[in-house]
This record gives sequence, C-alpha cells and structure tokens, in this order.
Amino acid sequence: MKCTEFLQELTDYLDGKISENLKIELDEHLHWCKECHVVMNTTKKTIEIYRDNELYELPESLRTRLHDAIMTKCRGSKSGKKSTT
Amino acid sequence: METIQKKAEEGITSELALVQAAKKGDLEAFSELVRRYDRNVFRIAQHITHNEEDAQDVVQDAFLKAYQNLEQFQGNSKFYTWLVRIAVNEALMRLRKRRNDRTVSLDEDVETEDGSIPREVADWSPNPEQLYGTSELGDILKKTIQGLSPGFRTVFVLRDVEGLSTEETAEMLNLSVPAVKSRLLRARLQLRERLSRYFKNKKGGDGQQ
Repeated sequence: MKCTEFLQELTDYLDGKISENLKIELDEHLHWCKECHVVMNTTKKTIEIYRDNELYELPESLRTRLHDAIMTKCRGSKSGKKSTT
Repeated sequence: METIQKKAEEGITSELALVQAAKKGDLEAFSELVRRYDRNVFRIAQHITHNEEDAQDVVQDAFLKAYQNLEQFQGNSKFYTWLVRIAVNEALMRLRKRRNDRTVSLDEDVETEDGSIPREVADWSPNPEQLYGTSELGDILKKTIQGLSPGFRTVFVLRDVEGLSTEETAEMLNLSVPAVKSRLLRARLQLRERLSRYFKNKKGGDGQQ
C-alpha cells in the first residue's frame, strides 16, 4: 500500500468505518511507515482538540436575550406562514 | 481502534412531540426546541460567519424561519437536521453580505489549492494543551479553522465538532455522501497541517525546551 492510498482511507479509518480486511492492510502500512503514523496520530488529535475545546460558547445572558427576541418574533408571526416583512 | 465520533442521539422521541405541539401553535413547546438547540446553532453560525453579530442574527432568523415554516417540516428527518440546514443557509448568506456579495457557496473551493498533502510530519509533543494556556489555545484553534474555506470548515464543524454523521451532514448541506467524505478528509488534513506549525515537536529544532 502506498502512502497516498493510506491517506485516502484515513477518514474512514479514524471513524472506525472500514472492513476488517482493509483495516489489516492499513495497520500493516502504519506499522512500517512512520510518517503516516504521525499523520494519523496528529489528525486524530486535531479532531479531538476541536471537539474538546468549545470555541464559541453562548453566554447565559446573551442566550436569554436571544431567546426572548426569538419568542417575541414568533408571537408576532404565525407558525406555518411566511411573514411578509 | 476506538471510534472518535460522538453520539448525538439523545431526546429524539420527545423532540417529535414538541414539534407536533409547536405546529398546533404551542409556543412553549417551540421555546423548548429553541433552548435545546440554540447553543449548537450559535456555534455553527460563529464558525461559518466568524462574526458574533452575524451569528446572533443567524440564531434569531433560523429559529424564526423554522417556526414560520413548521408546516413544511415533514418529520422524515430529525428537526435538528432540518433546523441546521436553515441555519447554514442563513449563515452563508450573511457571509456573502460581509464579503460584498461575492459568491460564497459550499462548492466554491472544491478544486482550489489543497494542502491535503502532508508536509509536516513531526509528531506533536508534548500535548498542545500542555504547550498553551486555554485562551491562547482557543485563539490558535479559531485562527486555524478560519483559514479554511467555508465549504471545508462547515463540513468539519458539523461532522467533527457537532458530532453528526456523514449522512446527516450530507442531508443538511445538500451534498452527496462521497462529497462530504472527500471534504472532511481534506478539511481534517488541512487543519492538521496548519496546527502542526504550532504544535510540532520543537525539541532539538530551535533550541526550545
């Protein structure tokens, strides 16, 4: 297996969505290819770091303000009908 | 190897009941739906627009549109999937306005310069969390993901940050499953490449400890 072929399968490999046979081939490639091993590890870390660090939290005060604004607008409009504004 | 995808399945049963009630005009039920998803919509909108004011507008407009068009929601998909599709469209529209009406679409970047070919192959050590403080790390992550084109970062955010499935992401963005997969791979590799500039093992390189 070439590195480019490994990379093509990287997303499914990281998501655990590959067949057993393909997984064996990919693992074998990882075993001897240090570079792909690093790419795989750091890509996994990339996903984890974005998932674990919430970058845009909605502060509670802003959340309440938005919620009130939404509900006021909904009250002034009817469900199922487009507003004409 | 363990799977890294999050489950986003909670609360499906009562969601449908809330939608049905809201369709009949129960505003309290709709208010509950807003509370359930406002944080997610805000996060997605921020990632797409990079602008807090725009993100706030997207949250308001997406929920209002959803309310006004509830009758059109058939219940074939999850309410959340339907809502996010509205929110993504609203966010892209705002982005277009900011960029002076230059066309911004999810397709715009398919064939552009890539960065999916790994160049940085040094390992990250120690963990990035140990290298930087929380706020500094947050700035790096924001700056890095903002460098991605809208089509790539939208797919990455829905799939990897929000934890949605490839199929759900495809449905939300009106893309085919292979298109989502290919963008996800490229987005992941591009982010990895860019983050490597900050996180790569510097030992012995530039004299840093």
